[in-house]
Amino acid sequence: MSETTSTPRPAGTRIVDGPLEPPSSHGGLVDVFRRHYLLRLLVRRELSARYQGSALGLLWSYVNPLTQFLIYYVVMGVLFRLHKDVPNFAIHMFCGIIIVHFFSETFNAGTRSIVRNKSLVSKMALPREMFPVASMLVSGYHVAPQLVILLIACLGFGWTPDPVGIMALLLGLAIITVLGTGLALLFAAANVFFRDFSNVVNILTNFVRFGVPMIYPYSIVHERFGPAAQFYLFNPIADAVLLVQRAFWVYSTPDPAQTIRDHIPDNLFPMGLLGLGTSLAILGIGQWVFSSLNRKIPERLNS
Amino acid sequence: MSVAVSSYPASTSIVVENAVKDFTIRYHRTFKQVTVAKVKGHEISRTFRAVDDVSFTVEQGESIGLMGLNGSGKSTLLRMISGVMQPDGGRILTRGRVAGLIATGAGLHPQLTGMENIWLKAAILGMSEAETARKLDEIVEFADLGRHLEAPVGNYSSGQFARLGFAVAVHVDADVFLADEVLAVGDKPFKRKCMAKMMEIRDSGVTLFYVSHAAASVRKMCNRVLVLEEGKLGFDGGVDEGIHYLQYDSDDEEIEGEEMDEMDDDDGMLGADI
Repeated sequence: MSETTSTPRPAGTRIVDGPLEPPSSHGGLVDVFRRHYLLRLLVRRELSARYQGSALGLLWSYVNPLTQFLIYYVVMGVLFRLHKDVPNFAIHMFCGIIIVHFFSETFNAGTRSIVRNKSLVSKMALPREMFPVASMLVSGYHVAPQLVILLIACLGFGWTPDPVGIMALLLGLAIITVLGTGLALLFAAANVFFRDFSNVVNILTNFVRFGVPMIYPYSIVHERFGPAAQFYLFNPIADAVLLVQRAFWVYSTPDPAQTIRDHIPDNLFPMGLLGLGTSLAILGIGQWVFSSLNRKIPERLNS
Repeated sequence: MSVAVSSYPASTSIVVENAVKDFTIRYHRTFKQVTVAKVKGHEISRTFRAVDDVSFTVEQGESIGLMGLNGSGKSTLLRMISGVMQPDGGRILTRGRVAGLIATGAGLHPQLTGMENIWLKAAILGMSEAETARKLDEIVEFADLGRHLEAPVGNYSSGQFARLGFAVAVHVDADVFLADEVLAVGDKPFKRKCMAKMMEIRDSGVTLFYVSHAAASVRKMCNRVLVLEEGKLGFDGGVDEGIHYLQYDSDDEEIEGEEMDEMDDDDGMLGADI
C-alpha cells in the first residue's frame, strides 16, 4: 500500500507520488507480512467468530486434544499395555498430540481458507496468501495454552529446563509452522480448482496421527525396522514430535539420560534441521504453486 | 515486477494496454460427467472473451463513466483495475491507492459488532490503524447507525448493512476511486449523502472510475465516457456523445425515470448494477 496524502486539493493539482504499477499484489507471503495489521484483524475475527454463540467458547479447543488423549491413553495404555516400558507415557503422548493437532488444524483450516473466504477473495484485491497464513496463526494461538498445560504437568514430574531442550522445542515448532503453512498454501489453491482436495487432506491427517511417535515410542520403530528406521525420521512431523518430547518429556522422566539413550534417536538434531529444510522447500513449492494458480482463483471460485 | 513505464507522464493515473480477459465456462466437473460428455461428443468447456483488447489511459483527476449493456465486460474491467483479477493479455497499471465502492459488503462478519466491522473493513480496504482511528468519528457519523454499532452486524437490516460498508469505503483516501455497487437498499437521505460525498471525492482531484447505466448521473458526475460492447471498447470520448452512442439519451431516460420512481437525478447515480 502506498502512502498517500489526505489533504484535499483543487481538481487537477493532486499529485500522487507512487509509481505506475499493476494493481494486483505480487509479493506473495512478503505482502502478507507487509500488511500485518490486516492479518492481525483477520486472525482476531476468526477467533472471536469461531466461539461466538458457544457456552464453553475457547475451552472447546482443549476438549478435542484432551478427549484424543484420553482415548489413546485408555486404548493403548490400559487395554494394550503398550506403555509399560515407557516412563511418563502420558507426557510422551501429550507432546505428540499438541504437535499433531497444531499441524492438522493448520493443514485442514488452511486448505479450506480460500474457499471459505470466497466473497473477500473474489471481490477485494488482497494478498490471498493472507488466509492460509491466518489459519496457521489461529491454530498457533491455541498451541500456547496447551504448551502451558504440558509445562505444568511436566513440572509436576520434576521437569527442569535445559538449553538443548529449549532449542529442540523451538526447532520443532518452527518445522510445523513452516510445513503447515507450506502445505496449507499448496492445498488451499488446489482446493479452489477441485474441492476434492479438502477430502485428500482429511485422509492425509489421518496418516499423520499414526506416522509420528505419539501413541507408540520411537524405540519400537527402531526395534522393528532397525537401520530402516532412519526413513521414518525423514518425516518432518515425526522429527518435530521427537524434538518436543526431547524438550519436555525427557526431563520429566526419572532418568533423563537413560530415556534419551532408549527412546530418542542419536541424530535427532541433524534430522530435525533436515526436516526444517524439507519444510522450507515445501513452503517454497507451496508459494510457487499458489502464485501460478492465483490469477485464476477469483474466476474459479464462482464456477 | 519491473515494468517500463517511462512512456507515461507523472499525471497518468490508470493505464490499460490491450487488456484481454478470457473466462472458461465448464459445463461438467466430475470425472463421470466429463467422460459421459466426451463419449457423447458434447462440449466440456467453452472459453469466451469478456474483455477484448481494450486500451485507454486516464489522467489523474478525470472522472470516467464506464457504460455498456449487461455482460459487456464492465465489471470484469473494473475488477482488473481494482487488482482482483489480472489480465490474460496486455497490461493494466495504476498509480497510488485504488479503492472505492466495490463489494462494500465483502469481509463484513455477521458475528462481529458494527464497530468491530468498521475496523476490519477499513483494514481490508488498506487503511492503517492510525488512519482508521483518525477517521473513525467521521465514519461513525456517516453510517449514522447510532447504538446499533454495538450490535452484531448479523442483526442489521440489509439497508443498515449497506450503510456500514459504504461509510467505511467512502472514507478511504484513494487516488483512484472505483464505484460499482447498487445502492438500491439505502434510503433516500443516505443516497443523497453518498452522492455528495462522491462529488467531494471527485472535486478533491481523485480519479473517479464509475460504472453506471444511469445516463443522468453519469452526466452529472463524469467528464468522459467509455462504452464497452461485447468486451471491446466501442466509444471513448465526451459524456453526451457517449450516452448518445449507447442510445441512452432519448427514450431510455423515461424508463430509467420510471424505475427510479420519484427519485431525482442524484439518486439514480448510485443505482449502477452489473
